[in-house]
Amino acid sequence: MAEQVFWDDLKEGDEIPRLVKNCSTQQLVQWAAGSGDFYQIHYDETFAKGTGLKDIIVHGALKNAFLGQLLHDWVAPGGEIVRYGCSYRGMDYPYQEIVCRGTITKKYQEGGKNLVELDIWTETGKPNDDARPKNPEGIKTTPGTAVVALPKR
Amino acid sequence: MTQEAPSLITDEMKASIGREGPASRSEVDRTGIRMFARSVGHTDPIFYDEEAAKARGYRSLVCPPGYTGTPAFNPARMGAAMAAMGGGMPGGGAGGGRRMRVLNGGTEYEYTGIPICAGDVLTSVGKTVSIEQVASSLGQMVITRRESTYTNQNGEVVCRSYGTSLNY
Repeated sequence: MAEQVFWDDLKEGDEIPRLVKNCSTQQLVQWAAGSGDFYQIHYDETFAKGTGLKDIIVHGALKNAFLGQLLHDWVAPGGEIVRYGCSYRGMDYPYQEIVCRGTITKKYQEGGKNLVELDIWTETGKPNDDARPKNPEGIKTTPGTAVVALPKR
Repeated sequence: MTQEAPSLITDEMKASIGREGPASRSEVDRTGIRMFARSVGHTDPIFYDEEAAKARGYRSLVCPPGYTGTPAFNPARMGAAMAAMGGGMPGGGAGGGRRMRVLNGGTEYEYTGIPICAGDVLTSVGKTVSIEQVASSLGQMVITRRESTYTNQNGEVVCRSYGTSLNY
């Protein structure tokens, strides 16, 4: 985790530090247990293909949680996430980078809080060198928005 | 849409809009927090180390974003939980008549600023906010928006979640 980010130092258009993920099948099983989502399209290749998918896919809610980590790591320890959310527009596969990103769209004060509004999203990154299906790079699969509260200097 | 498609939204589904479902309980414990945080890949020690969490002013381990505890599972209540999901899925039996696929459309969490920590017991109450039918690239699609409110053991609302499901 980096140094504390202060509201004063930010401006609209700024990009926040990226968080890069790359799910192994093991991570998807850990997430199934951690979240309680046991839908087989996320760990059983035969089952996933039977529903018309090319391979098992990354849970949408895991990508939501990745975006939560992106924000948490950026605002901690002194800031807090007020709200964040995303839409699941595209599928991601394991063994390819999922790049979590955010840019500041608005900076304002309300109810005594120093707030920052962001566009957040995941986009497909570098694929591993293996035979599994991959997405082209640079596709925004999970767009969303967030509001965080930050300390002032 | 140039032609009126037949409605997939049954009267039963319409009647479910705004009606609160039964309360369900989820428990926030240290093991659940660690499992969730580990599966995401979190590195902040407040999700793993109680002393680190206390040093940052929390009562115990903190819920990572998107975690609202583990629902208290009880096989005897599975039927009731399904029935609470807005009076049945379109086409799943009542109304529609054809089977539909379900996709998770999106999730949003709104926090009230009260930390959710290990030891908390949250009561969540969900309701369907809206049901609409749209023409999509996958054919006629029913978009259902649901909202859940999470209240802790002290009666404080700690989180609201908004979920969208797509049936097509």
